[in-house]
Amino acid sequence: MGGIALVGALALAACGSDNNSGSAGSSTSTGAAGGSSSSAAVTGTINGEGSTAQKNALDEAIADFTGENSGAQVNYNATGSGAGITSFNGGQADWAGSDSALKTEPAEGASSSETAAAKKRCAGNDAWNLPLVAGPIAVGYNAPGVDKLVLTPQLVAQIFQGKITRWNDPAIAKVNAGVTLPNQKITVFYRSDESGTTENFEKYLAGAAPQDYTATPSKKWSGTTGQGAAKSAGVAQGIKSTAGGIGYVEWSNAKDNNLGVAQIDNGGGPVQLTAESAGKAVAAAKADGTGNDLRLKLDYATKTAGVYPIVLVTYEIVCSKGLDAAKLPVLKSFLTYLATADTQKKLADIGYATLPESVLTKVNTAINTIS
Amino acid sequence: MSSITGRSELDAAPSGDLAGSTSRRGDRIFAGLSVGSGAIVVALIAAVAVFLLARAIPSLTDNSANFLTDRVWNPGGSPPQFGIPDLLWVTVISSIVAMVISVPVSVGVALFLTQYAPPRLARPFAAAIDLLAAVPSIVYGLWGAYIVLNYLNSIQSAIGRVFGWIPLFHNDQAIPNSIFAGSVILAVMILPIVTALSREVFTQTPAAHKEAALALGATRWEVIRTAVLPFGRPGVISASMLGLGRALGETIAVLFIINTVPTFSWSIFSGGETFASRIARDAGEFDTPQKTGAYIAAGLVLFVLTFAVNAIARVVIERRKDFRE
Repeated sequence: MGGIALVGALALAACGSDNNSGSAGSSTSTGAAGGSSSSAAVTGTINGEGSTAQKNALDEAIADFTGENSGAQVNYNATGSGAGITSFNGGQADWAGSDSALKTEPAEGASSSETAAAKKRCAGNDAWNLPLVAGPIAVGYNAPGVDKLVLTPQLVAQIFQGKITRWNDPAIAKVNAGVTLPNQKITVFYRSDESGTTENFEKYLAGAAPQDYTATPSKKWSGTTGQGAAKSAGVAQGIKSTAGGIGYVEWSNAKDNNLGVAQIDNGGGPVQLTAESAGKAVAAAKADGTGNDLRLKLDYATKTAGVYPIVLVTYEIVCSKGLDAAKLPVLKSFLTYLATADTQKKLADIGYATLPESVLTKVNTAINTIS
Repeated sequence: MSSITGRSELDAAPSGDLAGSTSRRGDRIFAGLSVGSGAIVVALIAAVAVFLLARAIPSLTDNSANFLTDRVWNPGGSPPQFGIPDLLWVTVISSIVAMVISVPVSVGVALFLTQYAPPRLARPFAAAIDLLAAVPSIVYGLWGAYIVLNYLNSIQSAIGRVFGWIPLFHNDQAIPNSIFAGSVILAVMILPIVTALSREVFTQTPAAHKEAALALGATRWEVIRTAVLPFGRPGVISASMLGLGRALGETIAVLFIINTVPTFSWSIFSGGETFASRIARDAGEFDTPQKTGAYIAAGLVLFVLTFAVNAIARVVIERRKDFRE
């Protein structure tokens, strides 16, 4: 590690000064008052660990970021949110990627809460949850002959709970006038592993269709019908190979497998899943933390037109203070890069939502005060 | 036997009993090294067992469900509830089905290679079988999940139609990504192990036995039945147990192929999870020591299970040896 950093530093000293004047940090920074600290190329190595949901986004951002900052090395190990937080709190990771904000209540069997453990790790300073990557969850389906499908939260809940079992059920037909629905059994696919995608999908059902969905959202799927497959790739593969299949997957998986993606009608008209419509859900979310701790509370039942409500907001969990001084510039610079409108637009191409300006401004303010 | 150098210990102490007291430095060092190596193995196993126990016990004492009989899995709850009967069933049945498919085939292949095939053909054939053993399990998993599954469904429903009255073959909850599909892939995975070892044993059948059988007018099949198979039986059994050990602990291929189902079914055409696949599946979300402990407790059962399988194999082999000749 030391060797790599040293070689990187030498390489930068030799040829770095003349080709990085246009570093992304400053040229595209959105509303960051003091963002100038990241304008010069940075050197050093930082290691992050956590959520698999943001892996593709971070891989893309890291490749671009290190392309512009040849002396910086950013590693992200997608082991899962829980493992990421454990590593972060244990000091092995410099930041954690997580599908949910740090929990403020101690979990059963743990002596302290995640927030408290993170505070200890940050030498007594608060850890912040920064929403930087948002992934829409698609309701992917494979119903022969159905190109466009509209579902209400009630229908989604009933289908995934096994109360509606056939595609040509009158309830589905009612909101899909003009569509020929096949007389076919619905096969539900869910995640068999514990996953933030499951938890957020269940939170949506509990928030938008409380009469039809009564279980408590958790990382483990609560339904009693269908079959579970491993990871989003397994679910997408299951839907693809089963006529009549339906399941919830990260949007990129639905796109990669050419699955049909249902439009969601929360009450304000059917909304197609796009990077923008999903980004609007994040913009509409209420702040749930204090100050620069930007944990969000999504309004799943929103009836605002044009908002796609099933979104998984993933956080980068960082120390507000107390991180190793050698790593700080790289981390800040990388996070700033992630929070630019340009980067967010690029992420839309690989299946993530575009975070709107209003969210990015707040995130940038927070990043700038990290010290 | 006198040695060429004339300095053999045996010459000096023909009784052999006193060799220890008159041994030289090299002997002592080597003896120490081998005793040490042996001790390390035992110590390692003991350390693994102690680790598993130490991490599992706190969770097991907090567990408000019966670990061995209750069909729940909520190790993160308060109080935690988790039980392993489903995992145990799927682990055992998937491995047994795999054995039922692969052992007869393996023995057949081994017999063909040693008794029927001309040496010219047998050698490349054996090499091909050994190559199968070297294929990493993730490759089998991918191959199984994306290719083999498409062909198994019709076999599965055919068996289900005929034998559906047996709970093991119920078709009610049948899914393509079934335990049966996983077993087929497991069978392919253990086939080379069992074949290679059986082949070794069969080639060692004493020529005198075979010739004696032939002299008595036995056909080729009768030679195999009366001379080769009885001689090779302990070897085949231990080979099968090695294969079983691999099948029980196989993780990635199972994870890829077998889907889970929300309600338990005895049918092998339904889905499920093995110990290894559930641990691997959820490993990314171990966030509290209590939850981790629950999974470690499940791992402990798998550890004991493989241990028991090996012990049984040893007993069987020892017994058979006594009967032979």
